[in-house]
Amino acid sequence: MAKKLANVNKNICVACGVCALECPREAIRIHNGCYAMVNEDICVGCGLCKKACPAEAIELKERG
Amino acid sequence: MAKTKRNHWYNYLWIWSIIYFALGFFNILFAWLGMIDFILPLIFAIVGGNKWFCNNMCGRGQLFWVLGRNLGCSCKKPAPRWLASKWFRYGFLAFFLTMFGTMIFQTYLVFSGAAELRKAIKLFWTFKLPWQWAYSGSIFPDWVAQFSFGFYSLMLTSTLIGLIVMVLYKERTWCTFCPMGTMTQGICKIKEHKNSK
Repeated sequence: MAKKLANVNKNICVACGVCALECPREAIRIHNGCYAMVNEDICVGCGLCKKACPAEAIELKERG
Repeated sequence: MAKTKRNHWYNYLWIWSIIYFALGFFNILFAWLGMIDFILPLIFAIVGGNKWFCNNMCGRGQLFWVLGRNLGCSCKKPAPRWLASKWFRYGFLAFFLTMFGTMIFQTYLVFSGAAELRKAIKLFWTFKLPWQWAYSGSIFPDWVAQFSFGFYSLMLTSTLIGLIVMVLYKERTWCTFCPMGTMTQGICKIKEHKNSK
C-alpha cells in the first residue's frame, strides 16, 4: 500500500475533472458535479492529480 | 488493476472549438452554434445533476489541454489562490452575466430599430475590432447578426483570457473561474443539498 494519498479540499475544488482525467489509476471521480472524490483503496499517491489541479485543491497526505 | 483509458469521440471536441472560430471569421452567423456550449452544460447540470459536459465535452478546456500540455505552451505554474476563490468566481460570473445581458439589450435595440447593426466585435469588452467581412446580409433580420457579433465577441474574449492564464499558469486555469463551470457547479450543489435533505 502506498504511503501517501490524494486529499481533495471540497471547498476549493471546482469539479473541472482534470484530476480524474490525469489519474493513471482512475481513482478519482466527480461527485454529482460538486467536487472530486478519491477512492482511497485505489489511489497510489503519485501526485499527478495535485500537479494538474488548476485550483490547487489537492494535497498529498500520509495514509492514516 | 486500473482500466485503460479509452478514446472517445468527445475527446476531440477541441477541434470543434477551432472550427467554431474559423467559421465565425468567415460568416458571423455561425456564432449562434456557440449556444450549444451554453445550453448543453446547463441541461447536464439541471437534468442530470452533474458536470459531465465540463469534465468530458468542453472543447475549450480540451483546447487548453492540447495547447498547454501536448504542445508545451503552458508554464504549469500554480495560479494565485484568489483566482479559484468563491468571491472571484461568483464575481466573474456576475460580471459575465451582466455583459451577456448588455449584449442581449444591444440585440434588442437593433430588433426594435433603435440602433443600427454594428459589424464589429469587441475584445475584452473594450477594444472594437472591425469584422465587416464576416457579414454581408442574409435572409435573417439584422438583430440575428447583431447577436452573432456580440456572442462571437464573448466567446473569443473568454477564449483569449483562457489562453493567457493557460500560458501563465496551469493548462486549465480558466476552468477555475469559467462562468459556465461556476454556474453548473452551483446548480449541482443546490441539487445535492436538496437531495441530502
